[in-house]
Amino acid sequence: MSDEETKAIDPATGSEIKNHEWDGIRELNTPLPRWWLWTFYACIVFAIGYCVVYPAIPLVENATAGTFGWTSRGALDKEMAAAEAGRAATNKALAETPIEAIDPNSPLMRAAVEGGRAAFKVNCVQCHGSGAAGSPGYPNLNDDDWLWGGDIKTVYQTIRHGIRQPGDDLTRVSQMPAFGRDQLLTPVQIDDVVSYVRYLSKQEKPSQSAARGKALFAANCAACHGNDAKGGRQFGAPNLTDPIWLYGGSRDALTQTVTNARAGVMPSWEGRLDPVTVKMLAAYVHQLGGGE
Amino acid sequence: MMSSHKDRTGKGGGLYARRPDVFPRAVDGFFRRLKWIVMAVTLTIYYVTPWVRWDRGPYAPDQAVLVDLANRRFYFFSIEIWPHEFYYVAGLLVMAGIGLFLLTATVGRAWCGYACPQTVWTDLFLHIERFIDGDRNAQIRLKQAPLSVGKVAKRVTKHAAWLTVGVLTGGAWIFYFADAPTLLRDLVTGQAAPIAYSTIGVLTATTYIFGGWMREQVCIYMCPWPRIQSAMLDERSLTVTYKDWRGEPRSHGLKRVEGQKTGDCIDCNACVAVCPTGIDIRNGPQLACITCALCIDACDEMMAKIGRPRGLIDYATFEDCEVERKGGAPVPIKRTLLRSRTLIYFGLWVAVGVAMLASLGARTRLDLSVGQERNPLYVQLSSGEVRNAYTVKVRNMETRERPVRISIEGLPGARMWDSLESEDKAAQVMEFTVGADQVTKRRIYVSAPRSGPAPADFAFRVESRDDTPNTDREETRFDRPEDGQ
Repeated sequence: MSDEETKAIDPATGSEIKNHEWDGIRELNTPLPRWWLWTFYACIVFAIGYCVVYPAIPLVENATAGTFGWTSRGALDKEMAAAEAGRAATNKALAETPIEAIDPNSPLMRAAVEGGRAAFKVNCVQCHGSGAAGSPGYPNLNDDDWLWGGDIKTVYQTIRHGIRQPGDDLTRVSQMPAFGRDQLLTPVQIDDVVSYVRYLSKQEKPSQSAARGKALFAANCAACHGNDAKGGRQFGAPNLTDPIWLYGGSRDALTQTVTNARAGVMPSWEGRLDPVTVKMLAAYVHQLGGGE
Repeated sequence: MMSSHKDRTGKGGGLYARRPDVFPRAVDGFFRRLKWIVMAVTLTIYYVTPWVRWDRGPYAPDQAVLVDLANRRFYFFSIEIWPHEFYYVAGLLVMAGIGLFLLTATVGRAWCGYACPQTVWTDLFLHIERFIDGDRNAQIRLKQAPLSVGKVAKRVTKHAAWLTVGVLTGGAWIFYFADAPTLLRDLVTGQAAPIAYSTIGVLTATTYIFGGWMREQVCIYMCPWPRIQSAMLDERSLTVTYKDWRGEPRSHGLKRVEGQKTGDCIDCNACVAVCPTGIDIRNGPQLACITCALCIDACDEMMAKIGRPRGLIDYATFEDCEVERKGGAPVPIKRTLLRSRTLIYFGLWVAVGVAMLASLGARTRLDLSVGQERNPLYVQLSSGEVRNAYTVKVRNMETRERPVRISIEGLPGARMWDSLESEDKAAQVMEFTVGADQVTKRRIYVSAPRSGPAPADFAFRVESRDDTPNTDREETRFDRPEDGQ
């Protein structure tokens, strides 16, 4: 008996009924096109070829290398090298140009700012925050208040050599006396100085305590902070008349500051980062909104 | 089960089937002529549109229809769409969708049968094949003929012609994305972008393969549309129908047996011979039927020859079939077309169209958008004021330069300055010129007193300072420390 004679045909569709049966449900044969089968075989052939030329089969330590010797790490290295080569001209120009000589509206400055933005996200955000807005003890770099100066050359100097970085001769150093801890002033006197400083920054109304503090300020503080209390950049002494406070402007915070002094530390980045990156960081910080 | 039903598989029981050869015979008639017209119109639109010019002045391309991906503009005659106006394209897609619902509900798979690119190009390829190889019978003979110089010559000519159509089709496509005359010159001289050549290559391959080799298999195996459409058809949609109550039982030839009742179908197989998907419409509605209606033409021709009324195979609705089967008269076509479902589809389609036209007519070509910088939200300045930063974009969508003035509404004491300038330049307003058909993006600082609501809602406003002033405004907010309230 030939195949044709035994074929069972489903009357509704005209399709052949196969002999498979599950709980009375039988399967129709709707043949796939033959070319579809060939595309399937072609995929298998392609897969085998792919396994030969590309890394494919996992072994204990690594995987088969493939005849092309391709690795994703190698591809990344190649792309990174290409990107680096693409930046070579810019990096060379940046390395050769003194920072204060870069035209603020030039493509070179824009490249420096973008490079600095990337480097800032990696090296600086831990203290200064991702928006460079700082936090108590770590200055906000967006504002116009600078402890050591806000022109681009000064910012560059600060980033290169850091603040109170041991071992760097050019680092920015100053030391505020711990007036309370070292018993230079009595707690009452400190209270008066705090009153005066809070009066200067318009946080408190004039008082007798503030009036007493004025004399103490002139004797103990004005040397660094200035007679007008507007700060002294050669010492990194902050302006005490504005509403910007690195460690807070409340009574408690100021008493704490005068009693024990403050001395923040920033690492020197020269040596840690390449010179061009440090320059880029200075360019980035300078254009954040407070650059002078 | 041994079955007396006709075995329509014809595939010898295998799990995989060879593609049965389809050699559609040429046919003439009303629907064939309609298809000629649709084909001429659609192909003309496709190939000619990129060459139509449209003067837009010196700052914009003069191509009537252009998708300018590099500059992110879409030009359609007098309409210019910017990326932020992409909702017009979405609106067009909604209209296309509703239009297809409407079409399917009324005339069934008319899209498949007449206007689908697969159908139009396959039809074109079939005509080329007939021109070179002859009609159905000659094609069958040629296929069975042994290899000869003549056969090889015909095969080479046919595939060369198909490939030429493929190249032209792929070539026409890329002209929609660049200035057509320039691109053609670059293509010929080998200076065009590699993507242009590779796009032509890919589209040549798909046109050649789909039109020459795959044909009806694209509709049967690859296309989701037949499956979707069958869900959108209802009892009152027109489909190509063999009226079996009139045709059966079939008589073979005209020799009718005395006393035996026979139908109008003489089993001449004309309907099968002309079918581009190789099916027999007399087996009833089926997925492979694209309702191209060529079998109607073929059958009408035959009915005229044997002196029977036309329409043994005809467009009919399922409801009509039921009525006619019982001897009644079918519903007039007007009532088939005008019913609540189609009217609702049509109403929706018109509503979307009118809404788009109205908004196109009313849109201003000066646009302001403002984004407040979120990190940090605000900066305390040593002067005691608080500063916020905004990215302000002014889009000038006209083909002329426009001087504009930016001002601030509803933020007392506010001053603004460009972030690239110093605060000394701070002022109540800012003025600059936006180039023709361009966007000017500025990062703007706004400073205001520390005291006030946190956040404060206010708005930027742009106004053009020329003889036809336009304005736009954008709400945003000013953040300040909460103790400032």
